[in-house]
Amino acid sequence: MAYPDDLRYSKEHEWVRMDGSRATIGITGYAADELGDVVFVELPEVGATLTQFGTFGVVESVKAVSDLYAPISGEVVEVNEALRDAPELLNADAYGEGWIAKVELTDTDQLDGLMDAAAYAEATA
Amino acid sequence: MTYSPHTDADRARMLDAVGVASVEDLFADIPAGVRAGAWAVPPPLVEQEVRAELARLAGRNRIAEVSFLGAGAYRHLIPSVVGEVIGRSEFATSYTPYQPEVSQGTLQSIYEFQSLICELTDMEVATASHYDGATATAEAAMMACRLTRRSRVAVSAGVNPDYRRVLETYCAGPGIEVVIVPVDLAEGGDGTTDPAAVADLQEVACLIAAQPNYYGQLEPMRELADATHATGAQFVAVVEPTSLALLEAPGTYGADIVAAEGQPLGIPINFGGPYVGLMAARMASVRQMPGRLVGATRDAQGRKGYVLTLQAREQHIRREKAASNICTNQALMALAATAYLIAVGPNGLREVAELSMTQARQLAGALESAGLAERRFGGASRPAVARRRPPAARRHATLAERGIVAGHVLERAEPMLRDTLLLAATELTTDDDIACLVAALEETR
Repeated sequence: MAYPDDLRYSKEHEWVRMDGSRATIGITGYAADELGDVVFVELPEVGATLTQFGTFGVVESVKAVSDLYAPISGEVVEVNEALRDAPELLNADAYGEGWIAKVELTDTDQLDGLMDAAAYAEATA
Repeated sequence: MTYSPHTDADRARMLDAVGVASVEDLFADIPAGVRAGAWAVPPPLVEQEVRAELARLAGRNRIAEVSFLGAGAYRHLIPSVVGEVIGRSEFATSYTPYQPEVSQGTLQSIYEFQSLICELTDMEVATASHYDGATATAEAAMMACRLTRRSRVAVSAGVNPDYRRVLETYCAGPGIEVVIVPVDLAEGGDGTTDPAAVADLQEVACLIAAQPNYYGQLEPMRELADATHATGAQFVAVVEPTSLALLEAPGTYGADIVAAEGQPLGIPINFGGPYVGLMAARMASVRQMPGRLVGATRDAQGRKGYVLTLQAREQHIRREKAASNICTNQALMALAATAYLIAVGPNGLREVAELSMTQARQLAGALESAGLAERRFGGASRPAVARRRPPAARRHATLAERGIVAGHVLERAEPMLRDTLLLAATELTTDDDIACLVAALEETR
């Protein structure tokens, strides 16, 4: 499976896309495939504070329920409202329309602790 | 399934397999200080002796000839069809319908129960039931905490004191603070919750209020709901199901969650149950509801079918993250409520409610006009509240000896209400019952 080069990845299968101090986060295509058809995403609230590797939501598929673990710390500034009616976007477009939240980072150094595409590909191989 | 008793040889082999010498060794980890010690069990009896002993114990029960006891559980006529339906082995012996392919009858009955509760309460979704009204109320508070991400709940003092104790037990573990919103119980007070007191509540997940409240008074539910919503909290209405045939439905006055004791719907009064808890809510909150939900769907061939749904909220799927780890449904009692509601129908339920109210008024009027008691609060609805000196508790005990249960002694729950008895009447309360109480009170005046 190919992973976009411009993202950072956590071992809990979340990805981070940076844009200045703001990050977009989601779950990886690998995670979406493992979960199977996603039927519900419990999104965090705008304004919520995320702690790196802490839980911030829930993703429910036809075969499992999993917590979402924040790949970085920060404040949620936007959530993907489209997922409320179309949770299947996580399966269809994990790195695009299936994004979960946008976060204002508190500590960009945390990104150093995440994997690049090659390392994540190796970790999930 | 065959019953296979263990022989001594079986036990010896099992003990050998796990490497201990005796059954007693299996409990070695339990400190001696917390063990039960020796049991004072009487010697064995033959069947005839057991029967005689049980009959002797049963003879100590005092069966009230006339009862005005209510305070959360109410005597109502139960049509015979209710017992007939729940006695059917397909229902009486069935287990949780986890396998929809072999459980369509059970699932459909639960779905119909949920639909009836939604209709009664004017809410969008109802659970497959809970243990009783108290646990349904406590679960509603927990649900409000999850929905609002707050950890303080407010409860009106007009909610059944037993429910409040269960609520406090539920809240103690997770560290949820319980705030009591007072009811005006003073002389001349109206016995209701003041909506203005709700506005001062800080960061509460919900306000829980009862309609009618424990003292038989009608709360200003719409005003309470509005005041609650202004604080960003959920409004939890604890209702009496029969009364919903006459009173405004919780869904119309802004309740977010409804909890109720379902016993009045076809379940006999029993010390310790089984009763049935009702819970309903808005569809937007469905994923935070506790317990079981049955949904209707279509199978691959387009046929209508029923399944347990949204199970990811539940403890067998999510374990410690479940919406509740201490609930189950009361399927057979929910079925009794379903059979009852279908048997009496909307008009029948209205008649039950109207007759109950008529008899409550008759009771209050008879006591007042005989100069035996006065109403503690303004407008008595149901149960009626009567007040009398000398001390109500002593009078209550005197009447009990004559086979009359003169309601509930309120002082036990609310010291402010000394000299006050909480009396209830239903459609089963006859004019003779009322005359009997009046006569007994006059004789013991």
